[in-house]
Amino acid sequence: MRRFSWFNATSLTLGFAFLYLPMVILIVYSFNASELVTVWAGFSTRWYGELLRDEAFLDAAWVTLQVAVASSTIATVLGTMAAHVMVRAGRFWGRTLFSGMIYAPLVMPEVITGLSLLLLFINIGLDRGILTIILAHTTFSMCYVSVVVSARLVSFDRALEEAALDLGCSPFEAFRLVTLPIILPAVISGWLLAFTLSLDDLVIASFTAGPSATTLPIKIFSSIRLGVSPEINALSTILIAVVAVGVITASLVSKRSAIRQAEEERAAVRAEG
Amino acid sequence: MLRRAALIAVPYAWLLALFLIPFLIVLKIALSDYALSIPPYAPTLDLSEGWEGLRTFFAGLDFETFRFLTTDDLYWKAYLSSVWIAAVSTALALAVGYPIAYGMARAAPEWRPTLLMLVILPFWTSFLIRVYAWIGILSSEGYLNQILIGLGLIDAPLAILNTNVAVHIGIVYTYLPFMILPIYATLEKMDESLLEAAEDLGCSRVSAFWRVTVPLSKSGIIAGCFLVFIPAIGEFVIPSLLGGSETLMIGKVLWEEFFNNRDWPVASAVATVLLLILVIPIVLFQRNEQKQREAEG
Repeated sequence: MRRFSWFNATSLTLGFAFLYLPMVILIVYSFNASELVTVWAGFSTRWYGELLRDEAFLDAAWVTLQVAVASSTIATVLGTMAAHVMVRAGRFWGRTLFSGMIYAPLVMPEVITGLSLLLLFINIGLDRGILTIILAHTTFSMCYVSVVVSARLVSFDRALEEAALDLGCSPFEAFRLVTLPIILPAVISGWLLAFTLSLDDLVIASFTAGPSATTLPIKIFSSIRLGVSPEINALSTILIAVVAVGVITASLVSKRSAIRQAEEERAAVRAEG
Repeated sequence: MLRRAALIAVPYAWLLALFLIPFLIVLKIALSDYALSIPPYAPTLDLSEGWEGLRTFFAGLDFETFRFLTTDDLYWKAYLSSVWIAAVSTALALAVGYPIAYGMARAAPEWRPTLLMLVILPFWTSFLIRVYAWIGILSSEGYLNQILIGLGLIDAPLAILNTNVAVHIGIVYTYLPFMILPIYATLEKMDESLLEAAEDLGCSRVSAFWRVTVPLSKSGIIAGCFLVFIPAIGEFVIPSLLGGSETLMIGKVLWEEFFNNRDWPVASAVATVLLLILVIPIVLFQRNEQKQREAEG
């Protein structure tokens, strides 16, 4: 008999209520007709309309999307390379420094990362704008990508790669045809992680963005400081919906591919026997 | 061979240029003097003068900015208060997170992937939005006060928003998944026959929990605590949105020194000292992880 008691049921219910209730309230009140966020005055989609007409928000959303796509893509390439180096390259000069620089950004307070990058950009005379935010986001998210990908590379059977090399593949072909398809789920989740990290970042973007480029979190932060607004509730609801749909789809896809792989393996075993 | 060198060189060069060198610049500016100019500091290190510049730099090294941090109360109070707020929040997160992780580990196996996903999902949604959600709940005309007044429990609204209580709630809420996941990972692996053995030997359920379950989940508890404690110390968003004038946290001080006072040397020195403080918990965390890996492998 499992030890699942009323105590466990209660703590799970209360725990998940604590995690989800604030967001549920936020979503419900985004459909509030009233201008006062905390007073319910009937159902309305008014704030979604206002949001879509707000040029400043749309501009910020466009900048954010550009930064997120560019930085997560570069970060995925660099992070996969770095993971390969960490797991496969063996010993090389300055390896300790390299792995230190991979792990340090994961625990670095954002204010320090932001400050240091800003001081760098000023020192080399690079004008702050979309480019500097992309450089900053790429730097910290490539470290997350490399952690995710190297976890997959460690459990990967190297004999497969060696077999491909023995059969006449070049190292790059072996990577493209054998390694990449196997580590692809980790590469994709690394990209998704980098994308959401970039979408979400306020502090580092505030330091590295110039007056010419405002991202969505910077815009949200400055309007929250003036108080709660129904427009922000509407925007939050859209962002929550996008993320929820994305994460649930990704997990269903990966579950289905895992099932298909298991079936193929079983079929292969049957064929052999 | 050449290909291997290129594979190493590209990410290496990127991290050197955009991670390590920026730090050296922070350190250099922390050792510079404040000046009313653009940029607002007078460098004490001039590399264009070669060795001569380096020698004058070391001769003139006076750690003036760092000494300034010790003379003004604000800074050491902010460091202490950050560590204190992070520690209290970590303890609260443990108290809230442990029962959830325990309930998940004891749930039917077919439910566990769904529960795990429900814990991870908030982590993917915007941090800023999750903090924002609490402003509407905790403000004086917010939902919590409306409910409490409606129930007749209080007459006047409670002032929770813009206090340290709100900061604690915000940290617990946003970092809770980091506490739950490592504890769940250790509890899920636990052999339940150990509990049966303890009960057969006359242990009550409660004392079996304290004497068997808790010690066996120790590494998860330690990992979860560090994962909440370390980022909470340098937190900026939560104290600036939920905290009030009494809330003193070093991330906020650094931000204000830089953006409001435009004092770059002080902001850089604050960052350097914060980093030195963080080294201790980070090293302890790494050691715990290593010990766990050795115990498993």
